[in-house]
Amino acid sequence: MITALPHPFGRKVRPHERIIETILFLFALLSIFITVGIGVILVKESYLFFKDPAVDFWGFVTGKEWQPMIERFGFLPLLNATFTTSIIAMVLGIPLGLFVAIYLAEYASDKARGILKPVLEVLAGIPTIVYGYFALTFMTPLLRSLFGEDMVEIYNTASAGLVIGILVLPMIATMAEDAIAAVPKELRLAAYALGGTKIETTFKVVIPAALSGLSATFLLALSRAIGETMIVALAAGAGPNLTSNPFKAAETITGYIVRISGGDVSYNSVDYNSIFALGLVLFLITLTLNLISRTISNRFHQEYD
Amino acid sequence: MDTKFAFGKTNEVNSLMEKRRRNGLVWHLVFILSTSLAILFLILLLFSILDSVFGYTALRDTVSPTVLVPGKDHVKEFTREELERVVTEKLSSGILRRIESEKSISEHSDKELVSLIEQYIVKPKVLKTWGFTDSLFHASEVEAFVAGEEDSYALFRSWIHPSFFVGDQSSDPLHAGIRTALLGSLWIMLITFMFAFPIGVGAAIYLQEYAVDNRLNRVLQLNIFNLSAVPSIIYGLLGLAVFVRSMESVTSGSLFTSLTDNTANGRTILSGGLTLALLVLPIIIINTQEALKAVPDSLRMSSYGIGATKWQTIWYQVLPVSVDRILTGTILALSRALGETAPLVVIGASTFISVDPSGIFSKFTTLPIQIYQWSARPQGAYRNIAAAAIVSLLILLLVMNSAAIYTRDKISKKKRLES
Repeated sequence: MITALPHPFGRKVRPHERIIETILFLFALLSIFITVGIGVILVKESYLFFKDPAVDFWGFVTGKEWQPMIERFGFLPLLNATFTTSIIAMVLGIPLGLFVAIYLAEYASDKARGILKPVLEVLAGIPTIVYGYFALTFMTPLLRSLFGEDMVEIYNTASAGLVIGILVLPMIATMAEDAIAAVPKELRLAAYALGGTKIETTFKVVIPAALSGLSATFLLALSRAIGETMIVALAAGAGPNLTSNPFKAAETITGYIVRISGGDVSYNSVDYNSIFALGLVLFLITLTLNLISRTISNRFHQEYD
Repeated sequence: MDTKFAFGKTNEVNSLMEKRRRNGLVWHLVFILSTSLAILFLILLLFSILDSVFGYTALRDTVSPTVLVPGKDHVKEFTREELERVVTEKLSSGILRRIESEKSISEHSDKELVSLIEQYIVKPKVLKTWGFTDSLFHASEVEAFVAGEEDSYALFRSWIHPSFFVGDQSSDPLHAGIRTALLGSLWIMLITFMFAFPIGVGAAIYLQEYAVDNRLNRVLQLNIFNLSAVPSIIYGLLGLAVFVRSMESVTSGSLFTSLTDNTANGRTILSGGLTLALLVLPIIIINTQEALKAVPDSLRMSSYGIGATKWQTIWYQVLPVSVDRILTGTILALSRALGETAPLVVIGASTFISVDPSGIFSKFTTLPIQIYQWSARPQGAYRNIAAAAIVSLLILLLVMNSAAIYTRDKISKKKRLES
């Protein structure tokens, strides 16, 4: 027969632990509120923007002129400049970053890696405003002396794009190296056993095996390039301009937001609401890229686990 | 001898092997070249900044020292009597009154009087500046320029100097300093740390230690990764709409006290700090989660084994062994906040303020904003002080990161000794 135990061996009640857990949960929940807050505010102000009689949605999406002074609100010039700088950045950043990653993961000795990794970390840790200064005082004069001062304007998207490429290079290199290093050693050894050289193994076995991780990296880098602000604000020029010539000045979405909000803009004006509408566009583009990137890299991690 | 292989003749196989070998070599060179290019970019970046910090400057005095005291070319050669006489006679009465209200002219040292005369009476104007390399290798260009301009002279100048750190903001690049921007940056970091650190670490503890694998927690985790990749300018828009506009009575301080600067309109240090706190929150959460992941499960299990509760395990076992990594991650997140420009420009940080920020309800400017303002100006001398401000910012970042590495090493050493 079981009698009552002489000592209450039951769990000691510590009610404050529940409270602590609840508080910690609320802290974690706050991150959801930030996302919801961003969404609500961007949508609300954009709604006010499109409700303005001077603005119509169709004109916003297809318009080739962005001149708030004369009530022309077509966002194609801004979008075009954003894509121009980002594509230039990717053309420089992706191959270079990938090659650096391959070198780090497959070729470099421990000693070389010990030097290179800190260099990449330093590059990644430098604030973007410093890169903006670099674009303005180094890259632009360089382009002007290479291609001629008549060809290249003082502010141009090529200079901004190239420097964004340098900005995302360390990020691409580090993440791509992780993706390459995650490819199991057995795959490499199997390729060697079949008589593959090192470079053949790298290009025909390792890179295809790491492809999902690499594409996730590239998408994230593209999202970063699209959202980059200070480099384009300093080097790409102020004033929307629909042009395919990267040596001409053109304002990006982010550049426009910074220029308008930097001046004294009054609340509830079309100008004020327009930066939120453009912010919404920017948010949707980058969010889509981030989500695709995340989905790809999640699937990738399951492959070799 | 002409042996037949499955793939062809010996010489064919050999030439194919040679081709494959060469192919590998070429790519190896490409990889090395790309890596060198990445290093070159870093060197060029640092070089282009340092190059603008030192160099020749062509100046022209508004009033030449010889006019003030005949026969003396430099203010430094003036005697004490001449200095006092020039200051009292030539300074405009407004400036003189302001200076005398601090302390009388006779109490000023010679050095202070010299700098007063240079700043308010001689007033040298910058005509042109040269970078360090130009000053070294094209010194003749400098001479030719000075010879071509009347009354001008060239000085080799370091744009970064002690009074640059403590000087007021000024429209004159020769006398502009970064004190207000530096103070603004430090205030902002303080607010950011106070809000983002406890919340970020708390959220990370929940996600790593408490959260079970259910839908809600997966959404939380995915959401944090997404937030960390949202462009910083979007956080600026959020801060503008929420902290500056909707919560103006709180962030401008008018809810608590009437003794505030009413011109700030909610564009205060508090708004800026909160905006950046939201920005670095996901980074702190992710870094802290990584730190907690690195704690071996055996530690938790042995703690439960001796009867500790969940929170006792976290507080007495998990946090003490991961505190070094958590702090390092936090400092890295804060250095991100220190370099952020776009969100603060969007919420409307001031570009020119004449008084130091005195509290969380003050208007502010920060070091990156100051750099942005100066870089955006077309005149040459502003580029030089922008470069000097960048050097200051990079030094500050370097100090923070070294502090992070130092604390990490020190704490982990201490831990090793204890165990």
